[in-house]
Amino acid sequence: MSNQSGAESGLAPGGESIASFAYQHTLISRVQHALHSNPALVPLIVLIASIIVFGALLGTKFFSSFALTLILQQVAIVGIVGAAQSLVILTAGIDLSVGAIMVLSSVIMGQFTFRLGLPPAVAVACGLAVGTFIGFINGWLIARIKLPPFIVTLGMWQIALATNFLYSGNETIRAQEIEASAPLLQFFGQSFSIGGAVFTYGVIFFILLVLLLAYVLRHTAWGRHVYAVGDDPDAAELSGVNSRKVLISVYALSGLICAFAGWVLIGRIGSVSPTSGQSANIESITAVVIGGISLFGGRGSILGMFFGALIVGVFSLGLRLLGADAQWTYLLIGALIIGAVAVDQWIRKVSA
Amino acid sequence: MKKLLVGTALCLAAMSSTAMAQDVSACLITKTDTNPFFVKMKEGAEAKAAELGVTLKSFAGKIDGDHETQVAAIETCIADGASGILITASDTSAIVQSVQKARDAGLVVIALDTPLTPIDAADATFATDNFIAGELIGKWAAGKLGADGVANAKIAMLDLAVSQPSVDVLRDQGFLQGFGIDLGDPNKWGDETDPRIVGHDVTAGNEEGGRKAMENLLAKDPMINVVYTINEPSAAGAYEALKSFGRENDVLIVSVDGGCPGVANVKDGVIGATSQQYPLQMAALGVEAIKAWADSGAKPEPTPGKDFFDTGVKLVTDEPVDGVESIDSTEGAALCWG
Repeated sequence: MSNQSGAESGLAPGGESIASFAYQHTLISRVQHALHSNPALVPLIVLIASIIVFGALLGTKFFSSFALTLILQQVAIVGIVGAAQSLVILTAGIDLSVGAIMVLSSVIMGQFTFRLGLPPAVAVACGLAVGTFIGFINGWLIARIKLPPFIVTLGMWQIALATNFLYSGNETIRAQEIEASAPLLQFFGQSFSIGGAVFTYGVIFFILLVLLLAYVLRHTAWGRHVYAVGDDPDAAELSGVNSRKVLISVYALSGLICAFAGWVLIGRIGSVSPTSGQSANIESITAVVIGGISLFGGRGSILGMFFGALIVGVFSLGLRLLGADAQWTYLLIGALIIGAVAVDQWIRKVSA
Repeated sequence: MKKLLVGTALCLAAMSSTAMAQDVSACLITKTDTNPFFVKMKEGAEAKAAELGVTLKSFAGKIDGDHETQVAAIETCIADGASGILITASDTSAIVQSVQKARDAGLVVIALDTPLTPIDAADATFATDNFIAGELIGKWAAGKLGADGVANAKIAMLDLAVSQPSVDVLRDQGFLQGFGIDLGDPNKWGDETDPRIVGHDVTAGNEEGGRKAMENLLAKDPMINVVYTINEPSAAGAYEALKSFGRENDVLIVSVDGGCPGVANVKDGVIGATSQQYPLQMAALGVEAIKAWADSGAKPEPTPGKDFFDTGVKLVTDEPVDGVESIDSTEGAALCWG
């Protein structure tokens, strides 16, 4: 990848106008090229369009800083998990265990505090460590034992979920108890407002995480290696990338991010509930796919996932405000998923 | 010598207890092993079985909606020669065929908590009257608000799922009836035209879903002042949403279930009132009925006027209103499950 872009920039000075003869410069092909070089562009356009449409239909009820930041709050958890999922999918893998890791981590944070009587900070650290460790095992099985990611994480999903239920006895720790004796667990639930806009710390964490990962993926060696491993692992290996190490680090980081999502989850729902997050894996994959990240790996950007998650949020809140049956939300999101992959295929033709 | 005697005695004791247990054996098949409601149900059944000398085998689906595992469990029970089956069906229509097989094989089948479709596919049904559970909290909310409050109420309805399972519809419609709102078609929710209803949204019965649904409805109308919730976890989620809107002190939340965290939330003023149901009772009565069937062939009779045996429901609140019978949260905590 980096070689190619280096070559292009080397040719750039006189090369651009000459090259234009080779292409048919129709509007469509230009659009196709723009989309190919900026994978986050399609979801961004869809997002802006959907905000405008719902804004026009609903007026200030929807088009207010309050409602728009509410959407951010509603998608923060799926978005954080989606960030983890993006990393994994960029390596041409998939992580079905993200939701289970999230819930298990949140249960550990809660139960270590209330059952074992550890200080909340230590319990949170334990939760984060367990999440990272589960991710590491996923990565180790995939990179070292060469098991398919789908199978490994399918198994880990069940294992983590069962552990969660066995360990917690499906006991909910109530918000009022947490508030009284371990407010640190609800840290990400705190909020501040600017004008009518309300930002929880969870939302801030979500945005910062996406920006940080976007930077790391684009501008660090590790980030480029993630893309390289996803694009063509053999080629990456030949050009000196230790793909095993990259894979293990990606899955471990994914586990850590999911554990953070578990902490944010406690802030959002107030309590520690072992039954939460059951569909987080599917929802995060949805955000990733609508965000234009290719399931074949190596292509897409984490900003796309960010927009993808927001599109889902805009549709669910917008349709609810319009008074539509909740079923319509699922129907439209289903259409969006298929549409997104269709667009992805069309854009891919550019490189073919 | 002494050792030998003790050993023989132990053996005899073991043999006699197995011999006794072989007389009557029963199966309990629940939707999942993780929901505290079913965990409590299993505890109740096990305690009663031990008391009556009935051998109890428990089965559960992997997740709510896991139909295949329940079918396999019924087949296992028939092969095992059980006298009867207690079941909370995941798929109330599809299970009927397997239930019929069991009944043909001479087993008595009792539906717990969830009636089969049709209800007479089982020999008997032991369940909460979910419509009455809803009606109780509806009447309580109306009594709490007074005539003026009822006329100007803005109601959020936090339901279970878009598929509208029967328990979802019964509680929702019961609440509206108790509150004094025209139901339209009582077999589904969402077709009411009363402007006092701000909207219906679904919660999946957990905290996360409760919070999101509450936020959606508050975005629609921030002046909501009455919140009906399908169960207590979703009520806890709704409360968090109200708190983030600064509305937690001027909104009335009502719920159904009577689990221990829910009753504690009634005590703390998070939930105004909740209708408490009794899973332990359902299971214990079920085991008794199977024992009676095995001993004398007598089938359990439904509650007069209903097509199932009503295991009862009580309103738990610390702010009783006139004309609605209730118990306080201390009494509720003594009876709570999960």
